[in-house]
Amino acid sequence: MKTSTLIIRTPEGIVFSQLLAGPVTRFIACFIDQLCIHAALTLLTMLLGLLMVLSINLAAAFYVIGYFAVSIGYGIFFEWVWRGQTVGKRLLRLRVMDVEGMRLQFNQIVVRNLLRFVDSLPAFYFVGGVTCWLNSKNQRLGDIAANTIVVRNPRVAEPDLDQVLAGKFNSLRQFPHLAARLRQNVTPAEADIALQSLLRREEFDPVSRVELFGELAAHFHAKVEFPAEATDGVADEQFLRNVVDVIYRTRPETAAAG
Amino acid sequence: MIVNLQKFIANERPTWAELEKMLGRLEAEPDGRLPLAQVQRFHQLYERTAADLARITTFSSEPETRRFLENLVARAYGEIHETREKQRRFFPLQWFLKTWPQTFRKHIRAFYFSLAITLAGCAFGGLAIAFDPDAKPVLMPFSHLLQDPARRVAEEENATHDRLAGHKTSFSAELMTHNTKVSIFTLALGMTWGVGTILMLFYNGVILGAVAVDYIHAGETKFLLGWLMPHGVVEIPAILIAGQAGLILAFALIGRGRRTPLRTRLREISGDVSTLICGVGLMLIWAGFIEAFLSQYHEPVIPYSVKIAFGGIELVLLVLFLTKSGAKEKTSA
Repeated sequence: MKTSTLIIRTPEGIVFSQLLAGPVTRFIACFIDQLCIHAALTLLTMLLGLLMVLSINLAAAFYVIGYFAVSIGYGIFFEWVWRGQTVGKRLLRLRVMDVEGMRLQFNQIVVRNLLRFVDSLPAFYFVGGVTCWLNSKNQRLGDIAANTIVVRNPRVAEPDLDQVLAGKFNSLRQFPHLAARLRQNVTPAEADIALQSLLRREEFDPVSRVELFGELAAHFHAKVEFPAEATDGVADEQFLRNVVDVIYRTRPETAAAG
Repeated sequence: MIVNLQKFIANERPTWAELEKMLGRLEAEPDGRLPLAQVQRFHQLYERTAADLARITTFSSEPETRRFLENLVARAYGEIHETREKQRRFFPLQWFLKTWPQTFRKHIRAFYFSLAITLAGCAFGGLAIAFDPDAKPVLMPFSHLLQDPARRVAEEENATHDRLAGHKTSFSAELMTHNTKVSIFTLALGMTWGVGTILMLFYNGVILGAVAVDYIHAGETKFLLGWLMPHGVVEIPAILIAGQAGLILAFALIGRGRRTPLRTRLREISGDVSTLICGVGLMLIWAGFIEAFLSQYHEPVIPYSVKIAFGGIELVLLVLFLTKSGAKEKTSA
């Protein structure tokens, strides 16, 4: 089954996930790398221009070998030195890694880069792109042969909590032990739904907005039962704000919201 | 259960920092070895960090910390559970004299298969030219091979100037890079379950067989041997070894008669495939030099007998190297 996440379970029972890079992201990274190769070759041509003064024959030979070495060796060199990254991959926060989470070996880097010859057929990485699109782990042929995957490490942005929580009194914080239990019981997915619903609240029409916050508030009410003085008279949307405040604002300096 | 997240992070951060530092050292020095006490410490740190990750995974408010710990555990997991031999410092001479010929011999059946396909191609190309000389433009779509052999020999032997003068080095470089690209392509086509590799080897054989029969039929056998042998005895085996590497890849993909999973089969051969193709690269550098600086010169500049003898010596040395170098010495019982 096609998935965007690779789950690795260690023998100790610890599960960690890696986000798989899709064909489009990889193609953009590849395009950036091609630009880098082009820049390197331009530089090489300029340097060899000086050598041409001495011998045109020698300069031509160096160019042929240099072109070959740069175009074939670029990926191998950078992925080895930068542990699975090239310039394009680094800019897009991608990284090549072993499919089982093991240490990436030099042989794997060589094989996946040499198999670009087939992946790039007939043009613009068509074979590689189609394979990547069809493969459950977004692997091109080179990745399959080398047992590698390309993962994405997106920058995790801090949510702009001030936008939705600023200056609000939080009645839930009057019961710190229950607030702690709420943090424990809420899953990351649930927390994200609550936060996103608040951040995008202006996008809903009024009726849907009331319905949505009603459902979400009921859901979070069921998670931890707060005393009536903490919830009575608090609108569903405000209750959800209080929940998000409890979940996300855990730092001492921000904990005293309201 | 984490009661106080801030306290938990503050308490555990030194552990994570220590693990990250050790990982950085291990990754930077693949050749280094940790003393037993440090190995134990590394394992302790890994287990503790993994446990921290398990505890924080359910914590909604710390996506960054979770991601940081996932990354740390993933790196440490790779170091601890890696069962393949740790990569040691690269010793070029040892690789050249031992690893490469040993790898070649380890997969000798794939080489024989590669050779058989090429010979079949040679037979086809030779017979096709013998029975239908008009098929030459179809079998050899290269202008320099379409010329009448006897006429070409006469032109080469009566040449008054060196046609490669002033661009021998660049010609040599072009030959090296072109042949290396063809070899890598032959290897890479192994991913088509070997079909592409077989076609490449067969087609190479067809051209070789057709050229050989064309020159032999014209009574230019001596010229043919003098022209092809100095570089061909290295270049042709190089292509065969590239085919061998492609077929190894194909056999691993097909996995006939083996119960190991595809991933394991491919993992087993990736090192050998890299070794073989690097060896091919070296062979083609040599062949490129010889082709530009020796093969293109004929009598009266260089006697054919010298060129043929040179090619013969190269072939013997190559066979000796590939079959004997790095072989374990037999111990008497």
